[in-house]
Amino acid sequence: MNPSETIQVAWKSLTSNKSRSLLTMLGVIIGVAAVIVMMAVSAGTEATIAESINGLGSNLIFISSNMTRMGPGQASAGSGGLVYDDLEAIRSQISGISGATVDQQTSVTVKYDKVNLDSISLVGVTTDYLDVRDMEIDEGRWLTDRDNEQAAKVVVLGSTLAEELFGDADPIGQAISANNTKLTVVGLLKERGLVSGTDFDYQMYTPINLVIKKFTFSMFARIQGDSVRMIYVAVDENANMDDVILQTTLLLARRHDVTVDSADFTISTQDDIIQTQASTTASFRTLLSWVAGISLLVGGIGIMNIMLVSVTERTREIGLRQAVGATPGDIQSQFLIEALMLSLLGGFLGVVAGVGGAMLFGKFGNMRTVILPYSIVLSFCSAALVGIVFGYLPAQKAARLDPIVALRHD
Amino acid sequence: MSETIIETIDLKKVYGMGETEVLALDGVSLHIESGEFVAIMGPSGSGKSTLLNLLACLDTPSDGHYLLAGEDVSDMSRAELAQVRNRKLGFVFQSYNLLPRLSALENVILPMMYQREERIPLHERNNLGMAALEQVGLTNRADHLPKQLSGGQQQRVAIARALINEPILILADEPTGNLDSRSSFEIIELLNHMHDRGRTIVMVTHEPDIAHYTQRILTIRDGKLDADRKNGQRPAVPVLQEQEGVL
Repeated sequence: MNPSETIQVAWKSLTSNKSRSLLTMLGVIIGVAAVIVMMAVSAGTEATIAESINGLGSNLIFISSNMTRMGPGQASAGSGGLVYDDLEAIRSQISGISGATVDQQTSVTVKYDKVNLDSISLVGVTTDYLDVRDMEIDEGRWLTDRDNEQAAKVVVLGSTLAEELFGDADPIGQAISANNTKLTVVGLLKERGLVSGTDFDYQMYTPINLVIKKFTFSMFARIQGDSVRMIYVAVDENANMDDVILQTTLLLARRHDVTVDSADFTISTQDDIIQTQASTTASFRTLLSWVAGISLLVGGIGIMNIMLVSVTERTREIGLRQAVGATPGDIQSQFLIEALMLSLLGGFLGVVAGVGGAMLFGKFGNMRTVILPYSIVLSFCSAALVGIVFGYLPAQKAARLDPIVALRHD
Repeated sequence: MSETIIETIDLKKVYGMGETEVLALDGVSLHIESGEFVAIMGPSGSGKSTLLNLLACLDTPSDGHYLLAGEDVSDMSRAELAQVRNRKLGFVFQSYNLLPRLSALENVILPMMYQREERIPLHERNNLGMAALEQVGLTNRADHLPKQLSGGQQQRVAIARALINEPILILADEPTGNLDSRSSFEIIELLNHMHDRGRTIVMVTHEPDIAHYTQRILTIRDGKLDADRKNGQRPAVPVLQEQEGVL
């Protein structure tokens, strides 16, 4: 029996029971589509993360407080995390920096006219923030040192937030209320976009001293004091980054009276963040691959199941074919080819469904997808492998049938 | 040009092992020459099916030898036996055993698919298949599926299939067992016609009146050859009316 005839026979047998063949393939279709879609989603996520991390700026050092809240008595003894004074110390004592600023956020309810917005981030910053975070003023002015010294009730709005509050009207000079404190809008920022999960355009920026004075819950005020969540340091282009990190670490450790090993702050750079994200997304991808792989496996078991039923159903046919000259090898290859055709066809339909699904997700879903060519090849080859592996047992069972018994089977 | 087609020497077949051993065939030696039309009879359990399975190369003997046209097939592997069946044997079964999803013509040419040597090209197979269908008078049913054919017609398709590879021996296992008497006579007439054209036919039957149309009747009893007699007075097959197509 030559290969093309074997394929014809297998094809005829599959098409003679279309709905069953389709249902058998469904497992493989879903498995292959799942592999492609999941890899496209994780690749899309990675691409988004990579882009937003690149938006952080490569010369930035991030110093964050470790969340070890101490009791009131211990606050002054250090290990309470970063405080506003740390910023001044860094600015005056560390060489090789082009700017440094703080980031202390609080969530407020904002009102203007009839618009009322909940949970808006009010970010307490200093003048350097604009340059350090690579932002630009669109209209009006940015916060000044004087604003900060006086804890002036002024605010600069992100573009999206300004649009929601004021619509087409000009916000400059208008007063908005944030948790019942009146703030005067002095400037508007240009669009900055989503960076590392933060929407810079849907926040508002105000002097850090105002946040410390007015927007820290009174019950925490004593404990928190003038603590800040984050300090950003921009390293001068000509300075050595590692040197700046070392200086800063030593300075802060001394100020907080802690050892470097048990510091109450963490210093990281863009590279650190990229590495953390890369390992997170890698494990995310591994997990998804396992899920998809298991669904392919289940698809394979489905094929084996139906092929075993098919061998039993067609026992007489197998007996007759053997009687007229089919060797055990002919029978085995016939059933193997059938299983392989099911899995390849299922694999093909799965690729179509997976690519289509990933494109639809990317277009209409709230996620970005990047279709990886190697995921198509990988999943299609896996489907073929599944067909051979799970087709083997039924094919073996068919080939081993005794023609005498098979011919009498009913 | 009489040539020995079947020669068995002390053929034995044992089923089971140890204490449950059953001797189904207990030393059968026989000769069947080319061109003979032989019936094998015997009560159920006599071993006649076992003998037919051995003669059909569907099974191998536990002991003894079977020479098919001079070739000893007693110790062949399953794959080798499959090729012997393909090249040398034609089968007619009680229950026709046509593949339900194939047309009459496709069923007839099925054995050609399994030829190893001297394979006949695809386009010629249909012509040969039609020629075989013509011999059984069913050219007008070539495209019908088995379920669209009567029992007698299905058995005629099966006979055409048995002829397709020009076998040296046709084995028929109760070929009229599922048929009414009218169709039975049609089938016997057809087999007789094949015999007249020089085919060697061995048929297992338990119906004496069917066996009587053959030349020679072998009777198997308790695994042994009990009687081997020439059938002198073969009755004429009743003339069948309206046998359109046949012969």
